Amino acid sequence: MKKGKAITEWVVISGKGGTGKTSVVASFAALARRAVLADCDVDAADLHLVLDPKVIRREKFSGGKRARIDPARCTACGRCQELCRFEAVHLDAPADGGAERRFRIDPIACEGCGVCAWFCPERAIHFGPAVNGEWFVSETRHGPMVHARLGIAEENSGKLVSTVRAAAVELARQRGLDLVIIDGSPGVGCPVIASITGASLVLIVTEPTLSGRCDMQRVADLARHFGIPAMVCVNKWDLNPRVADEIESLARQRGLGLAGRVRYDGAVTEAQIHRQSVVEHGASACADEVRDVWARVRAAIEAAGVPEPS
Amino acid sequence: MAAGRDKGKEETMIIAIASGKGGTGKTTVAANLARVRGAVTLLDCDVEEPNVHLFLKGTPDGEPQEVSILVPEVDEARCDGCGECVRFCEYKALAVLDKRVLVFKDMCHGCGGCARVCPQNAISEKPNRIGILTSARVGDITLVQGRLDVGVAMAPPLIRAVKALIPAQGDAILDAPPGTSCPMVATLREADFVVLVTEPTPFGLHDLRLAVAVVRELDIPCGVVINRAGSGDDSVTAYCRDEKIPLLAEIPDDRRVAEAYSRGELMVDALPEYRAVFEALYSEVKGEEKV
Repeated sequence: MKKGKAITEWVVISGKGGTGKTSVVASFAALARRAVLADCDVDAADLHLVLDPKVIRREKFSGGKRARIDPARCTACGRCQELCRFEAVHLDAPADGGAERRFRIDPIACEGCGVCAWFCPERAIHFGPAVNGEWFVSETRHGPMVHARLGIAEENSGKLVSTVRAAAVELARQRGLDLVIIDGSPGVGCPVIASITGASLVLIVTEPTLSGRCDMQRVADLARHFGIPAMVCVNKWDLNPRVADEIESLARQRGLGLAGRVRYDGAVTEAQIHRQSVVEHGASACADEVRDVWARVRAAIEAAGVPEPS
Repeated sequence: MAAGRDKGKEETMIIAIASGKGGTGKTTVAANLARVRGAVTLLDCDVEEPNVHLFLKGTPDGEPQEVSILVPEVDEARCDGCGECVRFCEYKALAVLDKRVLVFKDMCHGCGGCARVCPQNAISEKPNRIGILTSARVGDITLVQGRLDVGVAMAPPLIRAVKALIPAQGDAILDAPPGTSCPMVATLREADFVVLVTEPTPFGLHDLRLAVAVVRELDIPCGVVINRAGSGDDSVTAYCRDEKIPLLAEIPDDRRVAEAYSRGELMVDALPEYRAVFEALYSEVKGEEKV
């Protein structure tokens, strides 16, 4: 047991989707020693497809509550529909507008606020915990992993991300490991915020496209908003070398660390089809570049825990 | 087809372009479909990372509008610190400390419950900005975009504001955010048809399955577009066949397509040979709905 040893959390995010986050994380998993992996892209988790985890612990996740109308007690007064701000209460009325009108709560639209249940004059609305998904602790060929599955059309992905992260840190502590590598989700919203708050470092994997450039800046703003140091890696850089240069110069202007470039290479898809990371899938220039990115991020962390501003 | 618009006979249709996995080509499909069809409204519902405007550059139509949700404001003169609002709030957006109520507006979902339960009537609601809404004219296309402020967690209220601008007439194309949770669901609700864009890889297939499950839960007809066809394996094609999901179009794996995209050029402008793919896709979608 290495008690009290600081655990470093690296988060790989991108802003734009499909820039190669999960492929990079899978390679990091293969290169890391003594790390726990956390797949925090809970609504489209893919890391398990490469790491082939063996689940050793499985937990239900309840991130919120949900309302349900008891038809036996409901008098169809319509108060719930009037108060709901999420358009979740529907009226199933017969076409002739007769007495059989019935209200129903759409579980997909329900935000779980409880207003309808609290103010129902007939106490006809049940308001209780909803199961929104599951999370797992697994063993993989590259070490322990925590991952999750959000239920179909469920919400509370941010809370599930926080649950996965907390479980990964706890696992690292139990096993005396000092690094948690987090695969994040695209965007800048709730799950991304939950995956980066309090982390040690954000690695932004972007691509040399106008979309990649635009989204990289928004996600860099988000990291700054939460005071987290960030580094940038340009994946598929040779698709547009000019935009790759622009992204790196924008990153420098913002004081972000540069983690390097990785070329556009069919080896990445080929490796994925063989359920491998690119660094495991034979020798390729692209694999060497991913190793360099890994080394730069490591060095930046070891240098001060913070990448050096230029 | 202006001739078909006689007597308002042409059915209007809300077509959502979604994917599960990010970066499969939703924006590409949405923008190119709009371009080949013309006279449509394209609504960028990927409010966390809106990108359609990089491909369809037009002139702004009016000033950007701020979009807000209502968050509580506590009148300290009236509040006696009883904590009823804190007990009510499911989102931990309120806390009471030394008989004073603190509001964490970033946690608030804007349900309005706290203001209603307060026994002292000490809580009112005030708008809190979450993002902006812009409109532009790009030739005969109307482009509506929502852009979430950085640091704001909740996209769905802004997505609902974008969708409020779906016109009563003419087709609307919605560019959905990636994933399968609230923002994607908020975009897809009330759509008439969902085009799921994927790529022929294990990640593409896995996330397509999740997206199909959501679309089925919402009970909306859907079809699949395979982007970068030929770059991976044929498991997506087999899946569509087994699940009886129509394969609407395939966009080949062509480095020129990726390069045009990187420059912010529309595929049908940069590589006119692809026009037919999107024309056929649009007809396919319009036909599929009636089945």
